[in-house]
Amino acid sequence: MMKKLLILGAGTGGTIMANHFSRRLDKSEWSVTVIDRDDAHYYQPGFLFIPFGFTTIEKITRKKSKFLPKGVKFIISEVERIDAAGSAVILADGRKITYDFLIIATGAKIVPSETPGMLDGWRDSIFDFYTADGAVALAEKLKDFKGGTVAVHITETPIKCPVAPLEFTFFADHCLGERKMRDRAEIVFVTPLSAAFTKPVAAEKLGALLEERSIRTVTDFAVERIDAAARKLISFDNREVRFDLLVTVPVNMGDELIERSDMGDELRFVPTDLHTLRSKRHENVFVIGDATDLPSSKAGSVAHFQSELLAENVLRAMKKEPLAAEFDGHSNCFIETGARKAILIDFNYDVEPLPGRFPFPVIGPMPLLKPSRLNHLGKLAFRWIYWNMLLKGRKIPFIPAKMSMAGKKFPEQPQP
Amino acid sequence: MPQKQIGNAVFDIDADGFMTNVSQWTRDVAVALAKEEGIAELTAAHWKVIEYMQKEFKENGAAPTVRKINKSGVISTKELYEIFPGGPAKKAARIAGLPKPVGCV
Repeated sequence: MMKKLLILGAGTGGTIMANHFSRRLDKSEWSVTVIDRDDAHYYQPGFLFIPFGFTTIEKITRKKSKFLPKGVKFIISEVERIDAAGSAVILADGRKITYDFLIIATGAKIVPSETPGMLDGWRDSIFDFYTADGAVALAEKLKDFKGGTVAVHITETPIKCPVAPLEFTFFADHCLGERKMRDRAEIVFVTPLSAAFTKPVAAEKLGALLEERSIRTVTDFAVERIDAAARKLISFDNREVRFDLLVTVPVNMGDELIERSDMGDELRFVPTDLHTLRSKRHENVFVIGDATDLPSSKAGSVAHFQSELLAENVLRAMKKEPLAAEFDGHSNCFIETGARKAILIDFNYDVEPLPGRFPFPVIGPMPLLKPSRLNHLGKLAFRWIYWNMLLKGRKIPFIPAKMSMAGKKFPEQPQP
Repeated sequence: MPQKQIGNAVFDIDADGFMTNVSQWTRDVAVALAKEEGIAELTAAHWKVIEYMQKEFKENGAAPTVRKINKSGVISTKELYEIFPGGPAKKAARIAGLPKPVGCV
């Protein structure tokens, strides 16, 4: 009997895993099936570049099916639920697909309805740039922007690409400056965190960049509701932030499917072992990328680093061997800071983003935690790497799955 | 590991003043930690939250988030912010003797 590996989701994580397994599994023994609700694969880091006209939605959209290897069966359908106890998924039309091993790669998405009042002003004075249509609508809105207060807002953590709201803020400052409108606009960065970023060394650097660009930062702001008519964000402790244009990152949650299957936490993320990436509740279920509840960043680079170790572990589980490969929370991202410069950060569960050089000590060539032209070019080059190397599950030269301390330096004055 | 003494109780803490061993926690310790957080008196509502957080920690190994506390029906988020002003998840965890909640990146 053929054994079955099933992958739910053909985004970054699911596509990489399908490519790994098509190379590493014996095709006479194993079949690989991938299920997704549609065939549009967005290069999600590109969403950030749409509102300011740096790119278009067409340029960052491809077909999911094009990136799945030959021999993998691709089903386009909604999934009603996962029956983990019975090792099967039920499709929307009632069809039942059984599996021996399941990989959940269903991602995360914005849920604006979680915040009272947010939908009242949706796509009128309140916008997002975490969806294709949201980014396009915001681009239209910004064309007609005449001045006023722009609030860039994070509703609740965790969010996908945690640095994207900061990048949007830097872009807004830069682009309004180029349009000679910066003096008619106030930019406010509103966050539920106590600083611009979660980890102290990077928070200080990024906070200083906000300050030198005259961007007001409102911290520890836990939004209770939005009064769209009065254009105000109102927090649980009764503080208010007024806006003319609100660019928000709504609450991020896992797919509804996870809730329907009773497999998620309060944000519909799947409880996952920190290091082995196995579901905490089901032996033959593994989880990758944004769908996990791990305290690592929800970012494509993380799914990429996880993929190699996850493939190793699934292969061991298939052979009934103990799991070995250990994910360390490695994350790597470029942060656009405007004016064609970017910061690069590289970190894991235990080591926060530090200054230094990457990937090699001294020669770099990329500086860590410091705006540079080269990092910006790196970010632009990453789109090519994404489509041509990363999705295919190939190793990126010199960047291992586990974080390396080479080139990293602790700041001279340790942060409290 | 640094230690802290309140009355006769001595317990281990981390760099941010969070207890690292919940077995050293007592109600008197909670009252003293609450005072440090600017909460003069722990009411029945406070204790209900503290007990819920300790139960969650025992079952899951982590302090619950504000969203989870709200969903549990123990207290609404609005009231939680009223009785633990500032960062309620962190403050309540500290008073309950739990390790500092793991922030996400």
